Amino acid sequence: MDVLTAARLQMAFSLGFHIIFACIGMTIPFFMAYAEWKWLKTGDIVYKDLTKAWSKGIAIFFAVGAVSGTMLSFELGLLWPEFMKHAGGIIGMPFSWEGTAFFIEAIALGVFLYGWDRVPKWTHWFSGLIVGISGLASGILVVAANSWMNSPAGFEVINGEYVNIDPLAAMFNDAWFSQALHMSLASFVATGFAVAGLHGFYLLKNKDNEFHKAAFKIALTFGTIAAILIPISGDIAAKDIAVRQPAKLAAMEAHYHTEKGASLILGGIPNHETQTVDYALHIPYALSFLAHGDLNAEVIGLDQIPDDEEPPVLIVHFAFQIMVGIGSLLALIGLVFLFLNWKNKALIYHALFLKILVFCIPLGFIALEAGWTVTEVGRQPWIIYKVMRTKDAVTPMPGIQYSFYITLFMYLFLSAVLFWLMKRQINAIHQEYPIINNKEKID
Amino acid sequence: MLEFIVLVLSIAFFFYTLLGGADFGAGIIELFTGNKSIRPIYKAIAPVWEVNHMWLILAVVIIFNGFPPIYTQMSISLHIPLFIILMGIVLRGTAFTFRHYDTHVDGTHVYYHWIFRISSLVTAIFLGVTLGAMMYGKIDNDPSSNFQAQFIAPWFNYFCFSVGIFVALIFAYIASIFILGEAIEAKQVKFYAVLAKRFSISMIMVGSIVLFLAYFNEVPFFTLALSSPISWAAFIGASILLPVIWIAINKQQFQRIRVLVAAQVGLIMLGWAAAQVPILIHMKDGKHLTLYNAVAPKATLYYLTIALVVGSLLIFPSIYYLFRIFKFKP
Repeated sequence: MDVLTAARLQMAFSLGFHIIFACIGMTIPFFMAYAEWKWLKTGDIVYKDLTKAWSKGIAIFFAVGAVSGTMLSFELGLLWPEFMKHAGGIIGMPFSWEGTAFFIEAIALGVFLYGWDRVPKWTHWFSGLIVGISGLASGILVVAANSWMNSPAGFEVINGEYVNIDPLAAMFNDAWFSQALHMSLASFVATGFAVAGLHGFYLLKNKDNEFHKAAFKIALTFGTIAAILIPISGDIAAKDIAVRQPAKLAAMEAHYHTEKGASLILGGIPNHETQTVDYALHIPYALSFLAHGDLNAEVIGLDQIPDDEEPPVLIVHFAFQIMVGIGSLLALIGLVFLFLNWKNKALIYHALFLKILVFCIPLGFIALEAGWTVTEVGRQPWIIYKVMRTKDAVTPMPGIQYSFYITLFMYLFLSAVLFWLMKRQINAIHQEYPIINNKEKID
Repeated sequence: MLEFIVLVLSIAFFFYTLLGGADFGAGIIELFTGNKSIRPIYKAIAPVWEVNHMWLILAVVIIFNGFPPIYTQMSISLHIPLFIILMGIVLRGTAFTFRHYDTHVDGTHVYYHWIFRISSLVTAIFLGVTLGAMMYGKIDNDPSSNFQAQFIAPWFNYFCFSVGIFVALIFAYIASIFILGEAIEAKQVKFYAVLAKRFSISMIMVGSIVLFLAYFNEVPFFTLALSSPISWAAFIGASILLPVIWIAINKQQFQRIRVLVAAQVGLIMLGWAAAQVPILIHMKDGKHLTLYNAVAPKATLYYLTIALVVGSLLIFPSIYYLFRIFKFKP
């Protein structure tokens, strides 16, 4: 394995690991704040227990997110020093705001976790809300820094020097809004469905459990709203990419030939030899319409992209299909949820629907990772689009494959431990809050 | 603007040394004293644990935004110690959290104990090694040098490891003082008082070795410190505080000890900074990366300053609030 491949894989695994924790850490606080608000309003103890149970999970996920984030802030330099040498001064601003937001999040979390008996009730609730808001803000700011790599702005390169730096223009580049919106919604979809599925699993075992019923409904409501909105942000992002990064769009679609009235390709296996997509479903004119809002618009194909600027088509195409496929499925399930809830509220706890949700637990996160694969691999061979190639940014240090193996092993190990720990955590809920199992009897 | 940024950077490093240091030190104390320290450590650091390590992130962000060449040079030349630090941060952080929030205590906790303890010590030592390498003057940016010269020699030497052990001892010392203020039982108080004294003696001994090695290896820091009156004054001040702190420990004036130790650590850092700054990295070819020649363009500093001003206005009152809730209440 060469240094470039090893560095890319290490970065991919570190980001892929961190993203899951970052998303859970910035989403569940909103569920928690909602549950606590319900408790403060109704006095129903189930909501207090739920808030406490979720907050324990959050504490663990936040800590793992914080340390894996610290790791990333160093890895940017350890793996891509040439990139950071130039980019540090340009996109450092969103990172400095992100640092602030993260700090506030940590402080608010401290108050929330340990302050149950030490601060007034509504202050406690408010601190939980702050955890969510600042978590979301730091997510948006980091994505803004990433979007700059796709849509570089706020500087000029003259004789190899990066001059006329404008950090504000760099941060608010053309891609930041669509990427940040799409990512924030994706985070709610993935976490919402995963949490709902988890509580659904326990409802299948114990169908009258008020605790899990409340948790299931809150999580799924958040997930559903985001799942229904996410096609809109996806559309904004796709139209933006069509104009700014035609190579990425062409790779996503495996769109080999430039044409007017281009068809949308669903599934299939891109064949590089014949420049066709085998076994795919073609929807006439749909790609032109989705990319440019016009049935006859011209969509640039891979034939117009120089060979040494072409992203890996196979990976990007598959990742894109996975993301869109899962996104559509979850939106559909969300609509079913709304329909059932409107028809007869008891139906949302029907065994079949719960089983479907259990099946969905990992799906949102798979889509999330696939989406990031589209963004990052679709930008290759560039680290800063059209400005700096990834191979020119990598560290001169040899032997990065060893640090990749160590990192990979460590993250797999941590994931296994965390999985086991969460299982213990959830099993313990039933012993710790007996009211969860016996609410009817106590009433 | 530059002055303000450097001020915030210094504050971040100071608090990271105190609070992050207390945290690393807690693991080191556990390593040497075993399970009986676990409960007092939780009591002392758990509520503020999440916040302690934010200072490092703040410092890293300021460096890579405000001084990109320094961040880049360190990332390349000190790749190996920095990677070890990262592994340590991830492992000790997760082990501490997993152990703390686990639902019940059983045999599996043995693994968490040892991961937390060993990685606390290793991370602290390598933080010191990294600091030592910035002073040592063997950082080589010539791409034609061999692997040994570029990636090993800058940090793999007696001087850097002596700084590493010194830093680990400072952390352990801070932690023992921090826990001392939380201990209630007389037995505990006595135990951590003795520990704090032992760590302070070890600190003086290892500190002398650091200076000795600096002199022998012709580390530029040594002559710089010798010629700086502020450095002299600060180091002497830190030494004078030592007997004062011992007396306060014997009198069990815990709040006062915390302030005195914070001042002492601040003086040690000031003594270091007065000799070293504005140079941040001494290079092998005799050149330096300084706060002036490695600084980002004006526009970047302008926005960084705004972020830091607004950030400080948000962060410092919130931190005060957090500590008031958990640390200052009787």
